[in-house]
Amino acid sequence: MTDVTQQLPLAIEPPPRAASGLIGWLRANLFSSAFNSILTLLGVAFLAMTIPPFIRWAVVDAVWSAPNSRACAGAGACWAFIHEKFRFILFGTYPYEEQWRPFWAVLIFLALILASCDRRLWGRRLVLLWLAGLAVVGVLMWGEVFGLSYVGTELWSGLPLTLIIAVVGIAFAFPLAILLALGRRSRLPAVRTICVAYIELIRGVPLITVLFMASVMLPLFLPTGVTIDKLLRAQVALILFAAAYLAEVIRGGLQAIPRGQIEAADALGLGYWQRTRLIVLPQALAMVIPPLVNTFIGTFKDTTLVIIIGLFDLLGTINASLNDANWRGTSVEAYVFAAVFYFCFCFFMSRYSYMLEREFNKGRRR
Amino acid sequence: MTMKRRLGALLAVGLLLGFGATAQAGATLDKVKQNGQISCGVPTGIAGFAAPDSQGHWAGFDIDICRALSAAVFGSADKLKYVPLTAQQRFTALQSGEVDILSNNTTYTLQRDTALGLNFAPVVFYDGQGFMVAKKLGVKSAKELNGATVCVQPGTTTELNLADYFRANKMEFKPVVIEKRDENLNAFFSGRCDVFTSDASALNADRLSQAPNPDDYVILPERISKEPLAPVVRQGDEEWDDIVRWVVYALIEAEEKGITQKNVDDMLKSDDPNVKRMLGVTPGMGKALGLDEKWAYNAVKLVGNYGEIFDRTLGKDTELKFDRGLNNLWTKGGLLYAMPIR
Repeated sequence: MTDVTQQLPLAIEPPPRAASGLIGWLRANLFSSAFNSILTLLGVAFLAMTIPPFIRWAVVDAVWSAPNSRACAGAGACWAFIHEKFRFILFGTYPYEEQWRPFWAVLIFLALILASCDRRLWGRRLVLLWLAGLAVVGVLMWGEVFGLSYVGTELWSGLPLTLIIAVVGIAFAFPLAILLALGRRSRLPAVRTICVAYIELIRGVPLITVLFMASVMLPLFLPTGVTIDKLLRAQVALILFAAAYLAEVIRGGLQAIPRGQIEAADALGLGYWQRTRLIVLPQALAMVIPPLVNTFIGTFKDTTLVIIIGLFDLLGTINASLNDANWRGTSVEAYVFAAVFYFCFCFFMSRYSYMLEREFNKGRRR
Repeated sequence: MTMKRRLGALLAVGLLLGFGATAQAGATLDKVKQNGQISCGVPTGIAGFAAPDSQGHWAGFDIDICRALSAAVFGSADKLKYVPLTAQQRFTALQSGEVDILSNNTTYTLQRDTALGLNFAPVVFYDGQGFMVAKKLGVKSAKELNGATVCVQPGTTTELNLADYFRANKMEFKPVVIEKRDENLNAFFSGRCDVFTSDASALNADRLSQAPNPDDYVILPERISKEPLAPVVRQGDEEWDDIVRWVVYALIEAEEKGITQKNVDDMLKSDDPNVKRMLGVTPGMGKALGLDEKWAYNAVKLVGNYGEIFDRTLGKDTELKFDRGLNNLWTKGGLLYAMPIR
């Protein structure tokens, strides 16, 4: 018996260049050409130069507890300042003994926001949930019922104020924006003119101007003794402002709906509102999720502008806490804290929108 | 009537309604008593003058002026609603009746007193703009600063005063304009500019609390502007104006007479007729103001005299360590001079 497994002469080849694994990934993504290699090395050098000093400042040399900024002075960050002012930054001038109330208000807000993220809850029930939640928040913040003491809006500050202005602002601006967007595309000249004029007027001026009008000019034209709450004025100003921007985003979605969809709806015998509610808006809104969330994030960050009319939102309380004579020169720590906070919120919003976008546009993905 | 004129007339009526209606005599005290609190317009945060502490309670020099007023009107120093106001908002808030008094680091000027329809109470804090330089430059006077690089905050009278001063003295300067005070100071202490300019009292506080080594820096003797800070009330309500005015005088007079928070009860037994009148032992002063006879007693008892307020909020008991300087009694070389309470 001869051996059937005859050896075939094979040339010995060099092993293939690693196309998978860590090295392959590095080669493909970071060192694919000479230019890219240089960029990569420069990037690494930049990170190596900036990150260790930052870690040293923020962690290694940091002072975590101290009675005042003088005791804190050194090479590192003075986190003792944040530690000392944490409650003030969160709840500001709200009466100290009553701060459990804004604490629960914030928790309710966060729960509502998280609940709204779950698509299974979307519908009439969610609207009711929101109304109930907002009512509880209102009772907690204002008080005067159920044995809670009254706390005026001039004392509201910090995180609850930021959340109230942003969430209430977006919640009211959104329906208003849909009406404005529909109105702008209406065939009725009067409706169209009013909507166009409104949108263009508001978009033509900066938010600061609108806030100033609401807080400085408006009181001059009211009868003496009649004062509208400062927070309410700012809130209305923000709603009107955000609505104009959102309206334009939504109009973009409306324009992208193919004519055939509308004709099909007409052929089915749907009226204007039915057609809009069932056919047009669901498709239009799904299409504009990225710019919509972009505007939401913008509005959330715009709320910090209420500082200029003397309201203490989260950034306002941070600014105010810097004016403590015992804690001077700690602004870097304070603003790093603010940046981390705002980043967390905005990053959450953008990730969530990315998820929604993928879900809604499954049919359109290629 | 042309269209333009008609518009003008409409605007005038609107302005009249807006501004004119704010002046009603005697109304503020009634309103304050009815509400059970005084609405006090304060700055949104100036170290030592007005800032919330870690518990969120407002504290500072401006705050104590309002607390003294509350003590005089209500016999309690806490019947106050603090309304934080920015520099742009504050006058409208007062005109519209949103607040009853501004204790807001407001510089007393002719235009504000007249055109804006405001009344100023007596000055509670005298300040003026000064220069801080590094000692190693060897500069002894602001007149030697030709060609200097100056760190300054934008959009303030500080910036305008600086330009005026250098122009008046035919000198050149390079401004380094930085919005935030802390960053401005960092720039100065790290040597980016030769000079830092700001209100002199604050300059010294910055030198002591922010400089890596306070002794390396000096404040030049020149004061290039006057910044007298005073509480403000609406024009046209003389009764309320009087109350604020005399509460401020009472705080100053109390220091002059040696009446303090601690000894005010003993002072009730004083033989000095001035003290007796002021503290209401001899009645008459309170009635004249439309207040309780204990008005000044309460203000001093609950808040303290001028010197105590100063030391507690700005002066030696704080990290700021402001000098009394001009804000001392006239008998001690300062400018504080209370009109006689009689």
